[in-house]
Amino acid sequence: MAVVMITERPISLATRALSKRFDRPAVDDLDLTIYGGEFYCLLGPNGAGKTTTLRMVAGLLRPDAGTITIDGIDALADPVEAKQITAWLSDEPMIYDKLTPYEYLEFVAGLWRIDPRVAEMRAKELIAWLGLEAQAHDRCEGFSKGTRQKVALAGALVHDPKLIILDEPLTGLDAGSARQVKNVLRERVSAGGTVIMTTHILEVAERMADRIGVIANGRLIAEGTLDELRVKTGAAGTSLEDTFLALVANEAAAA
Amino acid sequence: MIAADTLTWHACHELRLGWRDWLSLMTAGGRTRARNAAIALIVFAVFMHLFAYWLVAGYANADLSSGPETMIAITGTLLLSWSLLLSQAMESVTRAFYARADLDLILTSPSSARKVFAVRMGRIAAGTVAMSMLLAASFIDVLALRGGLRWLATFGVVAAMGAIATAAALALTIALFRLVGAKRTRLIAQIAAAIIGAAFVIGLQVLAIFSGGTLSRVAALRSSWMIEHTPNASSLVWLPARAALGDWTALAVVVLTGAVLLAAAIVIFSARFGDHALTAAGVSAGVVRQRRVSLAFRRRSPQRVLRQKEWTLLTRDPWLVSQTLMQILYLLPPAVLLWVTFRDGSDAFVVLIPVVVMAAGQLAGGLAWLSISGEDAPDLVATAPVPSGRILAAKIEAVIGMIALIFAPMMAALALDSVYGALVLAAGVLTAAGAATSIQISFRVQARRSQFRRRQTSSRVATFAEAFSSIAWAATAALAAAGSIFALAPAAVAIFILIGVRAIRPTQA
Repeated sequence: MAVVMITERPISLATRALSKRFDRPAVDDLDLTIYGGEFYCLLGPNGAGKTTTLRMVAGLLRPDAGTITIDGIDALADPVEAKQITAWLSDEPMIYDKLTPYEYLEFVAGLWRIDPRVAEMRAKELIAWLGLEAQAHDRCEGFSKGTRQKVALAGALVHDPKLIILDEPLTGLDAGSARQVKNVLRERVSAGGTVIMTTHILEVAERMADRIGVIANGRLIAEGTLDELRVKTGAAGTSLEDTFLALVANEAAAA
Repeated sequence: MIAADTLTWHACHELRLGWRDWLSLMTAGGRTRARNAAIALIVFAVFMHLFAYWLVAGYANADLSSGPETMIAITGTLLLSWSLLLSQAMESVTRAFYARADLDLILTSPSSARKVFAVRMGRIAAGTVAMSMLLAASFIDVLALRGGLRWLATFGVVAAMGAIATAAALALTIALFRLVGAKRTRLIAQIAAAIIGAAFVIGLQVLAIFSGGTLSRVAALRSSWMIEHTPNASSLVWLPARAALGDWTALAVVVLTGAVLLAAAIVIFSARFGDHALTAAGVSAGVVRQRRVSLAFRRRSPQRVLRQKEWTLLTRDPWLVSQTLMQILYLLPPAVLLWVTFRDGSDAFVVLIPVVVMAAGQLAGGLAWLSISGEDAPDLVATAPVPSGRILAAKIEAVIGMIALIFAPMMAALALDSVYGALVLAAGVLTAAGAATSIQISFRVQARRSQFRRRQTSSRVATFAEAFSSIAWAATAALAAAGSIFALAPAAVAIFILIGVRAIRPTQA
């Protein structure tokens, strides 16, 4: 019944036969479908192809083959249109040391052509939401990793994206900062936004994800809700960690 | 086996770090580039020897009986070199102060911090001496080959100069630290280093302009005023020159002075170096509050937003400002020449134009690297809904706009004297800047702005192409200003360089 309800929702992101090869196939014929208003976690061992997949979706890498559709827009044919409704955030917050958070948000809003009055209002909301008021007009050069990540997250949200792509956004954050980031993401999903996120913190995926995809050797080896994944491994009632390790071990044995 | 935690052990550690740092600087971190770097060094050494032969071979027969002109020329050259060494040493000391690196490890280990910092200061001195030796070697080789082995004594003089420059740099930087505090020392020391590096050259050129109306430094050193006002032959002022000419007593005094001054500086300053470095490390993570007249977000196009960002980042980075200031400082002599020309009503502006065009090309190359390769948030810019062509165009506009702003006053001043000259200067400046920017686009890499110091090693082809392109456009502008049809020849060379660069540029990811 739950599956029927999901398939009726609009598709936010779809990849078909997506492939990318470096010295070996990094992403191999990947079909991925993520629905609007969904929190999707992409899990996998190191080098599985998670980051490569997300970088292709964000427009940072050109795939060798396949298609990417974001909210009905062909992201390869019309990247500018697709980027207008997308946000990307990596584990290493890349912000400008010599700008303040406030100036950084103004810069991002300018790049996304957001009306200055709307952008200013959103920036102030985000700054308050993420607890950045005290540092809003300080240059970012002295900020901690957590504060920098919060600034980068505010930058990712200031243009109100429909699809938020996050690559290990919680790496290196303290508990308080991680909680704030998770809350903000959950709020976005509640408001109808879509989040696709990679993480090695399985507890986060377990608690936050509507659906989980497990990727290994560039291919999707399992997908579904936590319960569906448990059923697949035949280990009902186990933790996501056990389920994940069983899936990866099965894949390794099959390879 | 060297016993751990001894001076020798620490020195070996520093030597290994220094060697790897230098190797990485030469090879830009790529193992496959090591062979190319070695070939480039050999070519550079051959070129330097040929250049040295052309420049100093005629002076090889000079000896202690030579007149004051020779002594002035050698002393002037040594002073010029020393000012550059002092500038380099100040840069190294400042960098050592403000790099956190292994500071925590050193200060939390049971090893004597004073011992470690003494060795580190020794490493700075060794680096400065090695650099001076490297640059002077070709000249000394040529002089020794043509005038006898006595010229090899100059190596001792150069080593002593490196040691004295390091001692002076340590004293100056630490004095600045105590005088203006950790917060301002970095900016002031870096600007001071840039000014010191350029001051002597500029001073001599300005002197030459007033005495002979040319940009030749040699003219100033040979002027009758200079010869009349020099001390007598027995003065200590000539000690380094006498040492270079093979006076062994003078050499011993110079070398001993260098060693004693360096040792004294290390003994005096090593005790407090750790405290200063800790304070400096605290400052680098400090808070800088930015004030704006209006906090309201402004309505601007993405291109304008990108241009504004480049200019803001550049003006807020003291280190980058000092690096670019160094190039701008060299414009001072041409500015003085312009003033003298305007005052006298002569046509010496023809000499001025190529200098300015060359400076514009070099400055644009640096700015273009910062704007195009030194992007600190490449993912953000790449995921923005702006076509990549427009992003690149905005960055080029930022570079050319900055160049136009810097050189506009000089063009305007020249226009008062010669409208044609000003037009040629404007065209030359913009073309040289455009060409340097185009070369940087062809060889763009993904880097952080803080890696600016290493930009010239990331692609030697780009560095040489940029230099030769600027020289070719400078020659074009000079000949065009003189009204010569031969201006087309260097212009063709410059265009050929750009075509060559496009042909061999690496594939962009």
